[in-house]
Amino acid sequence: MTKTFAQKALERASGETGLVPGQIVDAYPDLYMSHTASWRCIRTLERMGVDTLYDVDRIAMVMDHISPANSAKTAGDHRLCREFAERMGVSKFYDVNAGIAHVVLMENGHIRPGQLIIGTDSHSTIYGALGAFGTGVGFSEITAAWVTGKLWLRVPESIKIVIEGPLPPGTHPKDIMLRLIGDLTADGATYCSVEFHGSYVESLSVSERMTLCNLAMEMGAKNAFVPPDDVTRRYLADAGVEPDGYEELLPDAGAEYRQVVDLDGRALAPQIAVPHTVDNVVPVDEVAGTRLNQVFIGSCANAKYDDLVIAAEVLAGNKVAPGVRLIVTPASSTVMSKAASDGVLSTLIEAGATITNPGCGACAGNGGAMADGEVTLSTANRNFQGRMGSYQSQIYLSSPATAAASAIRGSITNPQDVLR
Amino acid sequence: MATEHRVGGTCITFGDDVNTDVIIPGRYLVSIDPAELAEHAFEPLGPEVQRRLRASSVVVAGRNFGCGSAREQASTCLIGAGITAVVAASFSRVFFRNAINTGLVAVESPEAVTAVQDGGEVWVDYAAGVVEVGDERFRFAPYPEALRTILEAGGLIAYLTEQASKGASSKASSEASSKASSKASSTEETVR
Repeated sequence: MTKTFAQKALERASGETGLVPGQIVDAYPDLYMSHTASWRCIRTLERMGVDTLYDVDRIAMVMDHISPANSAKTAGDHRLCREFAERMGVSKFYDVNAGIAHVVLMENGHIRPGQLIIGTDSHSTIYGALGAFGTGVGFSEITAAWVTGKLWLRVPESIKIVIEGPLPPGTHPKDIMLRLIGDLTADGATYCSVEFHGSYVESLSVSERMTLCNLAMEMGAKNAFVPPDDVTRRYLADAGVEPDGYEELLPDAGAEYRQVVDLDGRALAPQIAVPHTVDNVVPVDEVAGTRLNQVFIGSCANAKYDDLVIAAEVLAGNKVAPGVRLIVTPASSTVMSKAASDGVLSTLIEAGATITNPGCGACAGNGGAMADGEVTLSTANRNFQGRMGSYQSQIYLSSPATAAASAIRGSITNPQDVLR
Repeated sequence: MATEHRVGGTCITFGDDVNTDVIIPGRYLVSIDPAELAEHAFEPLGPEVQRRLRASSVVVAGRNFGCGSAREQASTCLIGAGITAVVAASFSRVFFRNAINTGLVAVESPEAVTAVQDGGEVWVDYAAGVVEVGDERFRFAPYPEALRTILEAGGLIAYLTEQASKGASSKASSEASSKASSKASSTEETVR
């Protein structure tokens, strides 16, 4: 029997064999990630009256959504998490200085190929960038996993996406994913495991693969996956993970897919999602000239080091248009440190950007809010109504290159027009 | 444990792709109290929708209801508003899980959704696997027993607490799961 990645990963996590799509298994995750929502888990645990945990080493907490605290209430929530981590011996606790949970956990070697990771965040699909099975759940399920070590999962069908490259100058993984989400729609991969294959995917860094896997969620995916290779192994080695510390799982040749999508990226033009859904995607040229009040370069989709470099290359020697606010929120302290030491941050600052502390920032509504009628172009992964302030404001989504070019002109701009 | 498997009443209808940020905006996630959350449910759609929500018992929606964030409060805010069931053409998988885990009945029935009139009556018998819209009855694959057990306990945490108080947590949950596995093939469309 040939198997997809999802079948193999859930066999590993459940100890069962011969799993087929539709079957429900009890799976034992390798890691339970909770972000700022950790306080909800702790309160729930208190309500249950339980103080014995299944395996404290599988708990990871990262204070990223509202960080640093913006009120006495959230400060109290953070303190609750901090004290819980100290009391229970949660070694994978990252405080408000660390950055976005997904990126922080990958940078620090906590995510490995073949593993099952559940997180209190829908974009937990991102862990597929390292060949792991990551999926989002609610906080009650994380609390339950703390206690029982397991959760029920339905074995998903799989969709295989084959992308050929290279992409034209000025286009990036975000453009590919926006096009794909536009084509397949917001529920085109609901419940499915999405595997990325093809020459373009193989050419990407782990950081770029994170953008693919992160955005797969916006098609409804349960998890996403890029086959581990030398790129993966080097990233893991840099993160201090020994080669004998993980087992790579690859789909079998001839595995069954619900759908195979072939995408030729070689003629792709920059893409943009227009308000208020992520699958409302058009080429940037179609909405070029739309006036902007704010540009946000941030989020787990596009605020990694290479994203900041792309933005800096476009912004170098230019100024942000008068009246436009450019907010840059590095994904992690590691990203910020690297960008600070090699001049990327100063290029951004000289162009007129506001640099904030690492974390989710404006994507999670922490700073960077909009007033009625305002428009933001964001590199994040959601443009839902009211997500960044006023319910009467608008969010467009693009690559960092499009965001940077648009910040210079003060209106939506094809980065290929600026790079020429 | 509740024995009533039929819930419903007046419904309020929505379209496709209703996302979590519209159901409960991120700024209110500082709370996990259903009543407090209910005050802000569907706030982006305005006070009239909110008033109608609180006067309704069932939410009816199109495809991909609850898409977006993993926030569990998207389900608890509806419970706080007095909603007992959500009937949709389809759900995002995280919303579906959160609904079961917080004790909110969530069923997929595209046919029932088409038959529903905004403000009309909708009833769901989740044991029998039937959605009633006026005189019409629409069938859906009933929940696997493991999920139904969680739902009837009032959600995942209530279920685990109940099991712990019986002193048989691991045994009972593994029994429930194996029952679920054996029934899985007939309930593929129900389980997300």
